[in-house]
Amino acid sequence: MLQTHEISPEQIETDKLYQGMGLSDSEFEMVKEILGRLPNFTETGIFSVMWSEHCSYKTSKPLLKKFPTKAPHVLQGPGEGAGIIDIGDNQAVVFKIESHNHPSAVEPYQGAATGVGGIIRDVFSMGARPIALMNSLRFGNLTTDRVKYLFSEVVNGIAGYGNCVGIPTVGGEVQFDDSYEDNPLVNAMCIGLIHHDDIQKGVAAGIGNTVIYAGAPTGRDGIHGATFASDDLAEDAAKDRPAVQVGDPFMEKLLIEACLEVIHSDALVGMQDMGAAGLTSSASEMASKAGTGMHMNLDLVPQREQNMTAYELMLSESQERMLLVVKKGREQEIIDVFERYGLSAVAVGHVIEEKVFRISQHGEVKAEIPVDALAEEAPVYHLPSQVAKYYQEFQKIGNKGLTVANYGVVLKQLLQQPTIASKEWVYDQYDSMVQTNTVLGPGSDAAVVRIKGTNKALAITTDCNSRYIYLDPETGGKIAVAEAARNIICSGARPLGLTDGLNFGNPTNPEVFWQMEKSVEGMSAACQALGTPVISGNVSLYNQSKGKAIFPTPIVGMVGLHESLDHITTSFFQEVGDLIYLIGETKAEFGGSELQNLLEGSYQGKAPSIDLEVEKKRQKQLLHAIQQGLVTSAHDLAEGGLGVALAESLFADSSLGADVLLAGDATVALYSETQSRFLVSVKAKHQEAFEQVMEDAFAIGVVTADGKLTIRNQETIILSEEVEELVNLWKGAIPCLLK
Amino acid sequence: MRFAVIVFPGSNCDRDMYHAAKEVLGEEADLVWYQNSNLENYDGILLPGGFSYGDYLRSGAIAATSDVMEQVKVHAREGKPVLGVCNGFQILTESGLLPGALMRNKKLSFMCHQEELIVENNETMFTTGYKKGEVVRYPIAHGEGNYYCDQETLKELKANNQIVFTYQNNPNGSVENIAGIINKEGNVLGMMPHPERAVEKVLGSDDGLILFQSIVKNWRESYYVTNA
Repeated sequence: MLQTHEISPEQIETDKLYQGMGLSDSEFEMVKEILGRLPNFTETGIFSVMWSEHCSYKTSKPLLKKFPTKAPHVLQGPGEGAGIIDIGDNQAVVFKIESHNHPSAVEPYQGAATGVGGIIRDVFSMGARPIALMNSLRFGNLTTDRVKYLFSEVVNGIAGYGNCVGIPTVGGEVQFDDSYEDNPLVNAMCIGLIHHDDIQKGVAAGIGNTVIYAGAPTGRDGIHGATFASDDLAEDAAKDRPAVQVGDPFMEKLLIEACLEVIHSDALVGMQDMGAAGLTSSASEMASKAGTGMHMNLDLVPQREQNMTAYELMLSESQERMLLVVKKGREQEIIDVFERYGLSAVAVGHVIEEKVFRISQHGEVKAEIPVDALAEEAPVYHLPSQVAKYYQEFQKIGNKGLTVANYGVVLKQLLQQPTIASKEWVYDQYDSMVQTNTVLGPGSDAAVVRIKGTNKALAITTDCNSRYIYLDPETGGKIAVAEAARNIICSGARPLGLTDGLNFGNPTNPEVFWQMEKSVEGMSAACQALGTPVISGNVSLYNQSKGKAIFPTPIVGMVGLHESLDHITTSFFQEVGDLIYLIGETKAEFGGSELQNLLEGSYQGKAPSIDLEVEKKRQKQLLHAIQQGLVTSAHDLAEGGLGVALAESLFADSSLGADVLLAGDATVALYSETQSRFLVSVKAKHQEAFEQVMEDAFAIGVVTADGKLTIRNQETIILSEEVEELVNLWKGAIPCLLK
Repeated sequence: MRFAVIVFPGSNCDRDMYHAAKEVLGEEADLVWYQNSNLENYDGILLPGGFSYGDYLRSGAIAATSDVMEQVKVHAREGKPVLGVCNGFQILTESGLLPGALMRNKKLSFMCHQEELIVENNETMFTTGYKKGEVVRYPIAHGEGNYYCDQETLKELKANNQIVFTYQNNPNGSVENIAGIINKEGNVLGMMPHPERAVEKVLGSDDGLILFQSIVKNWRESYYVTNA
């Protein structure tokens, strides 16, 4: 679609060229109505990116309204660069998750790297210092060279960017399933810390104030990136490589430091990063939020390439750029700060009273659009929804039992399933410790980052079991939120709120839209029950290729607060003689389980059930027990059930072992994935106090000194494995698959 | 004692180094931007880790040519302590204050985890608080920490007892498991592992605190001797 000569408005209409940019016939009619004339080429491009799903949420907006977003401790909900939650002492935590799926499918290193860069800018543009990064990744199974390439390059890209900017990547999750083979998911989350007084918003207020462009010059990269992200991934997607941006983490690091210095100046009115749809979205959103307009002279915009058209300049998604609004007459103070960091900052326009977005170049007006039309008045679609046929069939199948012949062999196989296996190969490549706050890094249920100068810490997790959501979107949605909260609780923190990264297939397919609708309903119910509002988020649709949608994957990024560093708890058994408890009863629930995948090679039947009241009660009681110092270790039961959780609890110190006695069907007891369960260890001296606080806790065994995991059923030993061997299999699985 | 933590564009362990020196060690410290190159009033120089100048050209190569490094050289000639960690070590080799070079890790990927180090020389102003042969835990976090030098230099390093730390389990392919070396004069130490990340138990290890305490103790003693 790149044009060096301008196509006439009439030709755009008669040849329906707007369709190629992503506008539908009816949307084009709306544009004509808003403008009262035909849009020119640049304006058509501007409307198409601003009205893309990526920028306007036009199909997901009706669903997003269902999320609970308010609570007394929420200082900023969805709508700004990132959400903000109060954590006391005049401090607040700022966070958001964002996807970069399609770029990563085409150009994995840069796609992932710029995904990290973009989410960091969302956080520091609020005035917060970024203190941690997390990610959530999905790939196909590691059987083809292409998937291995995507996996290793995405990890490489995240490392390349995050390590250089000096923000620790403290955790995340990686899962593998065929449904992501051609369309991997790369969701990055950034967490920042801010003083209440420093919170700043992206507003273009104050008529006559100056608009300053800071950071990297604009090039021809990433043009129409937002539109690219809002369509199915084509089989010949490689041709879309020009829609992928290229990142420079060194520039970003300088930009962070300069922007965090600038926020302390009262000359600054507003600041926003140029993310999706670049200059267009940052400028029009800032004006729209302030109820003003903006005039921008493109001749003044720093440019990396020659002869860039207005269309290219407005739609470029070049990285590491910020837009600032500064009090008139005080521009130089701000420019000086950027220049000290070797960055260019130039005045490119000013705030005007008339609520229009006016762009000129070479002395001509190239676009003139009412600002609200772009940011606020994008069309909203209520798409048809239809219960998926596969779901009805799965409900009929119900809970199918499974039986295992050799429990030890199966445990070893499960530990080597890539989704369960150690992700050390991944996280060893991330600097997880820079900024010297990381108390618990990657490999824990939740990462824990202390807050210097206080006795507090933040717990952070990303989670989403998309198999359950595929089987039953509503139940699976509840589980996604509950499981994230369980991770936070196990670390000893109180969940504060979450950011959601909604990744789905093509929403115009009524069955896909039904998945979206139901999973959002499930998540909302769990958010209500557990008191965790949604404060920010991102929607990535059209994640499908060759007509096949990904598993519905609404990722939950949750943050919790440790009131005291003494509450920080790991998932690992600590001392010989400690009692092992299983919290929660176990039912025969294998739908969507790792065991089902292992034995049957597919997922079917019903997802595990969840009772949010039970979940809430257990989380509350366990947190109370941890805060009272009654719990030595706590681990939530997830993929692979109790068997895998027991093994994992021994992986920090292979000299320890566990002797566990189980009742009932051993396959169910070991490998069912019944929800709302925890595995904890407790000192013998705390036995009574713990049992008083914690209902539904069953003493199942004791930590031993023999370096062996021993499991008995009645009088018979049904599993006895050396921990050392289990660790080696678990750690070796991913490096082995990549060879 | 007053430390200068030199901040280059792209340094990212500067604040960690500052925190270790100022808040944990309890000494005076300043973050010194590379353009403010007057180091006369400082007793010790800390070159922090990170990606100065984005690692463009070669890690540490551009920072090594900056004016502030001329000041660091003056400071070093005066016998005052200079500690370069990670990218700081790379800057020291690039600027010729230490011999050898740091190449890409043998596995070609960045790595970040705790490593066990052996204190080979406990007679330097940085290591007197350790026992010789003591095993300490420091984090590493680098993509280019594979120390290399020619045979002749290696012979010299050994003869002068300049190898201060070695890895128990060499993670990156360094010659002779070298993790940190000192200059002949004994006042410029460069090392890939991060002592400033190992000064608080809550973060997993406080073995690095002894290194900072050794610098301060030896400085105090020599200071009192010179000024008595």
